[in-house]
Amino acid sequence: MAQRFKTSPLGWLARNPIWGFIVLIFIFFSFANPYFFAIQNFQNILVQTSTIGLIALGMTLVMINGNIDLSVGAVVALAASLCIDIQGWAVFASWGNWAILPGVAAALTAGVALGALNGLIVWKTGVDAFIVTLGAMLGVRGLVFVYTKEQSFFAMNFSFSDFGSSNLGPLPTLAVIFLICAVAVHFLLARTVHGRNSYAVGGNRSAAVNAGIRVGPHMLVNFMIVGFFAALAGVTLSSQMGAATPNLGTNYELWVITSVVLGGTKLNGGSGDIVGTMGGVLAIGILRNGMNLMQVPAFYVLVILGMILIAVLLLDKQLNRKGKEEIRL
Amino acid sequence: MTAPDKTPAPALRLEGIVKTFPGVRALDDVSFEVRHGEVHALLGENGAGKSTLMKVLAGMYQPDEGRIFIEERPVTMRSPLEAKARGVVLIHQELSLAEEMSVAENIYLGELPRRSFGRVDWKTLYANAQAILDRLKCGFGPKDRVGSLSIANRQMVEIARALTVDAKAVVFDEPTASLTDAEKVVLFDIINDLKARGVGIVYISHRMDEIFTLADRISVLRDGAHRGTLIAAETDEDEVIQLMIGRKLDLSRHEREAANLGAVALRVEGLSCGSLFEDVSFEVSEGEVLGFYGLVGAGRTEIAETLFGLRQPTAGSIRIGDETVSVTSPADAIARGISLVPESRKEQGLVLGMNCRDNITLPQVGDLTSGPFVSDGAEVAIFDQYRDLLKIKTPSWRQAVGNLSGGNQQKIVIGKWLAMRPRILIVDEPTRGIDVGSKSEIHALIRDLAKSGYAVIVISSEMPEVLHVSDRIVAMYHGRITRTFDVDEVTEDNLVAAISGIGQDKVA
Repeated sequence: MAQRFKTSPLGWLARNPIWGFIVLIFIFFSFANPYFFAIQNFQNILVQTSTIGLIALGMTLVMINGNIDLSVGAVVALAASLCIDIQGWAVFASWGNWAILPGVAAALTAGVALGALNGLIVWKTGVDAFIVTLGAMLGVRGLVFVYTKEQSFFAMNFSFSDFGSSNLGPLPTLAVIFLICAVAVHFLLARTVHGRNSYAVGGNRSAAVNAGIRVGPHMLVNFMIVGFFAALAGVTLSSQMGAATPNLGTNYELWVITSVVLGGTKLNGGSGDIVGTMGGVLAIGILRNGMNLMQVPAFYVLVILGMILIAVLLLDKQLNRKGKEEIRL
Repeated sequence: MTAPDKTPAPALRLEGIVKTFPGVRALDDVSFEVRHGEVHALLGENGAGKSTLMKVLAGMYQPDEGRIFIEERPVTMRSPLEAKARGVVLIHQELSLAEEMSVAENIYLGELPRRSFGRVDWKTLYANAQAILDRLKCGFGPKDRVGSLSIANRQMVEIARALTVDAKAVVFDEPTASLTDAEKVVLFDIINDLKARGVGIVYISHRMDEIFTLADRISVLRDGAHRGTLIAAETDEDEVIQLMIGRKLDLSRHEREAANLGAVALRVEGLSCGSLFEDVSFEVSEGEVLGFYGLVGAGRTEIAETLFGLRQPTAGSIRIGDETVSVTSPADAIARGISLVPESRKEQGLVLGMNCRDNITLPQVGDLTSGPFVSDGAEVAIFDQYRDLLKIKTPSWRQAVGNLSGGNQQKIVIGKWLAMRPRILIVDEPTRGIDVGSKSEIHALIRDLAKSGYAVIVISSEMPEVLHVSDRIVAMYHGRITRTFDVDEVTEDNLVAAISGIGQDKVA
């Protein structure tokens, strides 16, 4: 059944319906709106998707591994606040532009540490990742409000906010960072032992245990990676805005999970890839951008995105149904 | 056992049932009937079509051709609920109960008595459930949570479900698979009671002794076709088995080649793990196949899991070669040269969505790297080697393991462990759910492995299999080794006696 599609481009599309969908909406918006098909706009789309996209890279690992992380949105806010606040500390006043460095380092460290905490709790207690990270989502958001005293921080160093709107050659710097990370995570997932074992643990945990794979460390590493990417997204977002607000990143976990699932990663683990996740992220980015250009009111955009999510997954189920013998409920 | 009345109309009759799936004719013109007050046993090897026939009976599958009669009235049954309403009830092998709900709610699941506004009529519910439990002489109440009951009592709940309707026919699918002897006696009483009330009973089991205790008639399926119906009182096991496998049961055993034995690879002394198994001692040498034979639940799998580091022993010692070891995890076991091909390849052995190559290299992928990445070439080389050695049939290594046949899946699991080059290979139920051809290939493979110097432990519930591959056979009963045989001193009788706890003359 599966090898019938194996090599043909059509088969590839059947397994990754999201990329076919992207082609469709791309063509649609190109004709429907005169401002859509422009290099400037494509750069916009890449920058707009890079925030959700970075987190989605890490989330793909965690979900393939059979877990989920709901705390990423709160981590974005914490990382952004740390980054902006620390670079403005008086101790670093004489550092010039180097003062940005401790801010970024603190943000990324916090992200990795919170990821490690999530991973350790899931590993050592066996409590479901959904519950653990739901707790972390509430707790970390609370921590952000405590830390910021409900205030927004503004970057005093304009080099930091300039970085967010700078270009590297023809591409925006943030888009380049996102693409480099995507390639790195793709190779991590597709070509390394850690990636392979992550699939095995998510696909059949007891078979993985029987193969001598230590399940816990792999989960821990993946939670640390998603924590890192959530923090990195917090840093890039604050650089774009030149500021951090305590409400930053609200609902991001939902957008991230939506993108990853649109890209074909299964909620219960074992399958999915970065090519699909890139598709999911881009599809949402293009839809939001295109509808925005066509001045569709924001609430309708949400309604349409919701319907598309369900429609695409329905299509995926139809295309990749195991056959007639599958139980219908 | 009372002989069935000669005249009664069948409670349930199937006529010319055909059911095909893509590529398989699962049922080919099968006719079958069960009379009121009769126990009709249904037998057949794995894949003979028993479960398909059962699902047709219970309304889960619609037959492509053929007719179903209940008390000689033609019916169509489009769902299990409809079948039940017409008086045909299936007691599943895998119990399908909602564990978090009460006994009463489970008994009336899907048809809770109601009051106005859709509220549940709890009073009627508990009263009715209690009445049924009394009939079955159950030791638990309707408000108990099902999750807190023993497996045997959960089965009682399933049976109680069948009694909520005026059941005309009840189908039991391997009901004793997880019951103790005492619980079996209770179950048989209930079956006999149902029978006395005029219910027609279809009884599916692999256990000959049960079938000859309970059944009035015995029908045999093979390759989707009905091969004959025998009257239990006028036949014997040999005739039934011959019908089932289409030939005489092959109890041949291989010629023992004692000369080939190498050093003792594994010696286990006084090993215990709580009440799962106690005071188990045995040894296995390089070049030898040691068979473990016993009933399900005798503790064989648990011993394998302990040797593989999945369980920790509570007493006793394990020696590998000259070294006394404690195996703390599967990774540890693998490092010490022990491999385990687990009992259930789908649940414990394979990552079904992964391709063949990746499944084979799963335990050693960490050693197949060049730089930071897994080396494609090294992996494909290993896959090719074991595909050729084990004659695995797959169009490509890219094929997902879930798409292979059972026999080829099992070869992938075996290949995975051979590729680790273990000293000691433990194989739990090597041929469960595998077609006859692949079976003999796997048996030959096990012999070859021993010949090339592996110490092999084979756990099996099939007597022909242990006889066929083993040099020595360990018989187990209720967590203890009752006897260790050389294969040439085994007879069917003394082996069956040893695994049933009869005549405990220990030979350690």
